[in-house]
Amino acid sequence: MHNEATRSFSTSASFEMNPAAVITAENLTKSYGELTAVDGISFEVPAGESFGLLGPNGAGKSTTMKMIGGVSQRTSGKLSIMGLDPETHGPEVRAHLGVVPQQDNLDEELKVRENLIVYGRYFGLPLSYLRPKADELLEFAQLTDKARSRVDALSGGMKRRLTIARSLINEPKILLLDEPTTGLDPQARHILWDRLFRLKEQGVTLILTTHYMDEAEQLCDRLIVVDKGRIMAEGSPASLIREYSTREVLELRFGSERNSTIGVELAGIGERVETLPDRVLIYANDGEAALEQVSARRLRPLTSLVRRSSLEDVFLRLTGRSLVD
Amino acid sequence: MSVLTGGHSATDAARERTFGPLYSRNALAVVSRGLMAAKSSTWLILVSGFFEPVLYLVSMGVGLGPIVGTVAGPGGQEISYAAYIAPALLAVSAMNGAVYDSTWNVFFKMNFAKLYQGMLYTSLGPLDVAIGEIFLALLRGLLYATGFTAVMAVMGLITTPWAILVIPASVLIAFGFASFGMGITSFMKTFQQMDWINFFMLPMFLFSATFYPLTVYPQYIQWLIQAMPLWHGVELLRQISIGSFSPATAVHIAYYLVMIALGITLTTGRLRKLFLK
Repeated sequence: MHNEATRSFSTSASFEMNPAAVITAENLTKSYGELTAVDGISFEVPAGESFGLLGPNGAGKSTTMKMIGGVSQRTSGKLSIMGLDPETHGPEVRAHLGVVPQQDNLDEELKVRENLIVYGRYFGLPLSYLRPKADELLEFAQLTDKARSRVDALSGGMKRRLTIARSLINEPKILLLDEPTTGLDPQARHILWDRLFRLKEQGVTLILTTHYMDEAEQLCDRLIVVDKGRIMAEGSPASLIREYSTREVLELRFGSERNSTIGVELAGIGERVETLPDRVLIYANDGEAALEQVSARRLRPLTSLVRRSSLEDVFLRLTGRSLVD
Repeated sequence: MSVLTGGHSATDAARERTFGPLYSRNALAVVSRGLMAAKSSTWLILVSGFFEPVLYLVSMGVGLGPIVGTVAGPGGQEISYAAYIAPALLAVSAMNGAVYDSTWNVFFKMNFAKLYQGMLYTSLGPLDVAIGEIFLALLRGLLYATGFTAVMAVMGLITTPWAILVIPASVLIAFGFASFGMGITSFMKTFQQMDWINFFMLPMFLFSATFYPLTVYPQYIQWLIQAMPLWHGVELLRQISIGSFSPATAVHIAYYLVMIALGITLTTGRLRKLFLK
């Protein structure tokens, strides 16, 4: 499941060994004093892949992103981005990256278009390239008519799109997206997904953290589920669902009074029964058949729903249901 | 439409530059960002920073000057009180401008605007950011110094062509304070801590032989003040303003050169620690 963590590896050699991998992490570890935020994770991302890091809050996703960007120094392990160590070649590695941080850090003292131009200057790009590029990206982000607006006049979704447009100013080979759609309304999320999908089609490698399972299913070719700094599972969304969940899920609500005790009475139906505070989930390959078995036992749920298994079921199973913060 | 077609040569060229781990030879980008931001920001702060020393000069020089009469200048010759305090106020103005830019401005950008976090996610290194921001502080210092020197000329306080050199000397003073100010600010976490900077600067302003000679103090106080940066700035500008040079002139300049070197080392190290942890 994990990558070959024992394989011999050096920064310069790895590029020759697997020219397709743009990111190679081996036993990557980050400790803050007593706390180990990232605990020996290994993965490889080939060029053009859309790779997701899933996990609850505090799982170590953002820390991993920061180490990839070279703005956080690893405690141990190896990391190679485009064949370079981000720790010793920070500016050079970041010249290949586009970064969308968890919180927008747009330059509020500058206008919308100026934000793009100035950010491009940080990469050492000439104005003759940046002027047309900024206009192109404004169009891509659907912000052309806001070019001369102040940043603080933009809505949350617009700011997010501007941040993404900004991250593309240097035509990055790798785009790091840390919870790109957190806090956005559904419409804004769908617009963003569309934009990200287009980038993927153009061959940009996307590295994405999220705790929205629908987002991961939409955007990721492959993902790792991280919890407490460790990799719990790795694979495509479909293969993870196959491996860790059943084809369908039957959701039953008996009211909060009965939910906690009903589990015993449902035992044996489907492959697995999971009792949540508000509902009971029965994992089964045939949800309708499971529902018939429930009825046969004369248990009358207030509501019932048969749905396909989703990444969320995998996620909850792997990372536990208790709230982590 | 395609975001990735066209202009490959420009982005590739930008990637093929020589990078250091802390520096990518691109401080200019930080400077041009500052100038662009200044365009849309309020000019009031800039203006107030210029007027403060002018008001002091008018009130003390014109108001207090006739009562004081003439005082002994650096070479021992008698000069008017206004001519005595004017270069000192210029040094204070250079200090204030540089400190404002490198402390309050930097504090805000670091902790609230998260500007440096954004910059350091590009191919800029911490040294690019430090040099760029310090250069902006110097630019402001240059503007203040030029304006104040013009006021001195109008008030008839300039009697030698040497006096024009107070402008570059003010920039040197500003450089010393700006390079240190930014490093010190990186330690500050709250507004209360930022007030300590004022707590340090006000006494330095009042007691660094700004308004009267150092000789009024007992010997050990003199030593204390001579260890402070502003006193060296005041003495340097005072000497230049009347064209009276001595070996001490070189000491004052050397003091600032050392201060600049230490300040930049401190600031770069701190930026690295703060943002590349």
